[in-house]
Amino acid sequence: MPSKSSGVAFVRETQLPELPPPTFETGPIKWMRQNLFKGVTSTFLTVASVYAIYLALSMVLPWVLNGIWNANSIRECRVILDGAAGGCFSVLTERWNQLLFGVTYPADQYWRPALAFVLMFPALAPVLFSHLPRKLLISTVLYPFAAFWLIWGGTIIAPLIALAGFIAAYLVYRRLVSASFAAGSLGGLCTAVIVWWLGGYITEAAASVIALEPVPSRNMGGFMLNMILGVVCVSLSFPLGIVLALGRQSSMPIIKWICVMFIEFIRGVPLITLLFVANVVLAYFLPPGSNFDLILRVIIMITLFASAYIAEVIRGGLAALPRGQYEAADSVGLDYSQAMRLIILPQALKISIPGIVNIAVSLFKDTTLVSVISMFDLVGMIRGPILASTDWNGVYWELWLFASLLFFTVCYGISQYSQWLERQLATDHR
Amino acid sequence: MLKRYLMAAVTGLGMIASTVTAATLDDVQARGKLNCGVNTGLVGFAAPDANGEWAGFDVAVCRAVAAAVLNDASAVEFLPQTGKTRFTALASGEVDMLSRNTTWTFSRDVDLKFEFTGVNYYDGQGFMVNRDLGVSSAGDLDGATVCIQTGTTTELNLADFFRSNNISYEPVPIETNAEARQQYLAGSCDVYTTDASGLAATRATFENPDDHVLLPEIISKEPLGPLVRHGDNQWGDIVRWTLNALISAEELGVTSANIAELSAGTNNPEINRLLGSEGNLGEMLGLDADWAKRAISVAGNYGEIFDAYIGESTPIGLSRGLNAQWTDGGLLYAPPFR
Repeated sequence: MPSKSSGVAFVRETQLPELPPPTFETGPIKWMRQNLFKGVTSTFLTVASVYAIYLALSMVLPWVLNGIWNANSIRECRVILDGAAGGCFSVLTERWNQLLFGVTYPADQYWRPALAFVLMFPALAPVLFSHLPRKLLISTVLYPFAAFWLIWGGTIIAPLIALAGFIAAYLVYRRLVSASFAAGSLGGLCTAVIVWWLGGYITEAAASVIALEPVPSRNMGGFMLNMILGVVCVSLSFPLGIVLALGRQSSMPIIKWICVMFIEFIRGVPLITLLFVANVVLAYFLPPGSNFDLILRVIIMITLFASAYIAEVIRGGLAALPRGQYEAADSVGLDYSQAMRLIILPQALKISIPGIVNIAVSLFKDTTLVSVISMFDLVGMIRGPILASTDWNGVYWELWLFASLLFFTVCYGISQYSQWLERQLATDHR
Repeated sequence: MLKRYLMAAVTGLGMIASTVTAATLDDVQARGKLNCGVNTGLVGFAAPDANGEWAGFDVAVCRAVAAAVLNDASAVEFLPQTGKTRFTALASGEVDMLSRNTTWTFSRDVDLKFEFTGVNYYDGQGFMVNRDLGVSSAGDLDGATVCIQTGTTTELNLADFFRSNNISYEPVPIETNAEARQQYLAGSCDVYTTDASGLAATRATFENPDDHVLLPEIISKEPLGPLVRHGDNQWGDIVRWTLNALISAEELGVTSANIAELSAGTNNPEINRLLGSEGNLGEMLGLDADWAKRAISVAGNYGEIFDAYIGESTPIGLSRGLNAQWTDGGLLYAPPFR
């Protein structure tokens, strides 16, 4: 041992300067070695994937970048492209209004559904984000009436009377509910009917007071129709679904069996069948000449359909709650509605969020089924009038991509909101 | 089978309901609009343009009727109907007439209780092949692969045709016209068969339409025409004779260009009766004397309408074929205006 023979132990008195880590062990190179080129298989898969991505992009990018935006027909597109790969996006620039609003919505009135769409966000905000001031809920309550007036037009008296009916019903309910719940509900219902019935005469007499140009339902179309159906049906089917779920759990046999039969019947029938009933069969049972609005019929059918599914999801949430929660509510002396409102439903609904959102998303996409009963929603617009015009017959990719983009935006938004909501409500780290 | 009985039952119910409002003409005039059922979109026959204005060969019939009855070719509410909703819409009174490339068949006329008011297009099943194959007649198609829409009468017609000609073929079943177009272009089948007008419309969407040829054989009868409900003969007569007026106008040489001049009176008494300067045909129909003149003025006579929407100068490029006047070897033969 040399150190021993010299008799002096070596002692380093200063610290060596810090060296940077080896290039292979740092930064992007390290990341790539660890994640992309770790072993033969990994390297091979990386190379293959990069090649696949390259192939896909080399096909899609020129098609998108070469796209023609200002031709008048598919033939002009082909002449301009002259054999090169490229999309014929001119169909979107020429027909965007029909894709969004349908064929027959008057073009100078497009601002109305657009405004209704924009107003939807402030109206939904207080419902979706619980930390906003509760006073904003007033906008949510007023929104349906405003949106109806904007989209369908006519005199503003009609939606005001509808609103007045609801308010009167609520006031009567408040007065009578202390006596009994049934009396309150019945009194409220009668008041509303009386107000609406009287209001009908006023509306007829004052048909032109602050009136927008009326647009009949059959002129609604395009993505607007999908949005109307989606938003209305989801918001109506949610409360209905809660009622059905509670009814199914009820200990009163008649209510229980009505709910069970309703849910099982609706779940056993395809939506498309219900839509055919709404469109075709109902036409025979209504007196000729009476025109029960087609959109209203379809909304009723889709709402019934969705509420049956939502009821089952919520029933799952109710069943997941431990028995102790129900018993605890009883033992503090809460009555049924208080127990449900304060203890059971908040927990059950939280558990049900993913399922409810799932149904909302699929319901929104199912609204495209109305194209089968000759309504021109976005899909009906593409399949019918646009692909059947002599100018654009043969433009498939561009149109369907546009439709997918619109639907993806909405559905992805819903899904992101639900994940955020779940994080907000996460209380299981107790 | 069950579906047919159901359909008949449902239609019967509709009849009961619609007898309440038998006088369709009065309804239409009171409403000021003609409710016309059209296709949700068929190239050349019915489609809205970029401004939402409906146009096409079938649509022109609706407009002609509206002009005859209401003196306004734009007073039409177009109610698009799919193949599934069209008959109930008519039977329930939602539409006053259908002009939606509907084949006139026995069961539709008799069992479903409708009244076909004539034929505005004689269609039939045809074949399309690639020009490179060098096939000039359907008899040369021995051993060919054929793209065919499943579950349609075209499938049965095809089997009959090949069996009676004792030649073999291999069917490639497909679901929709769009799918057929892709399969055919990709070379999955040598031949695509469906209604000849549909073939021409599909061919018009190809990058190189001239590379494909429609064979001369037509192997089925598909007379397409407007129809109305049973039970209102006056209204049926109006639709029937409006169509006949368009056809007769072509035969008599009345066009949108010369109609103003001819309606002042001519040496041909039939033209005079048609355009109302002689006789009282309009009055017999319950309309005024100028009804046919207005109908023809909308878009011209039958030949002009054909040329404007589906004729050889359009991208669809259909030749007159069976739809020529009887004097030119076609089937169009309007009864005399007398």
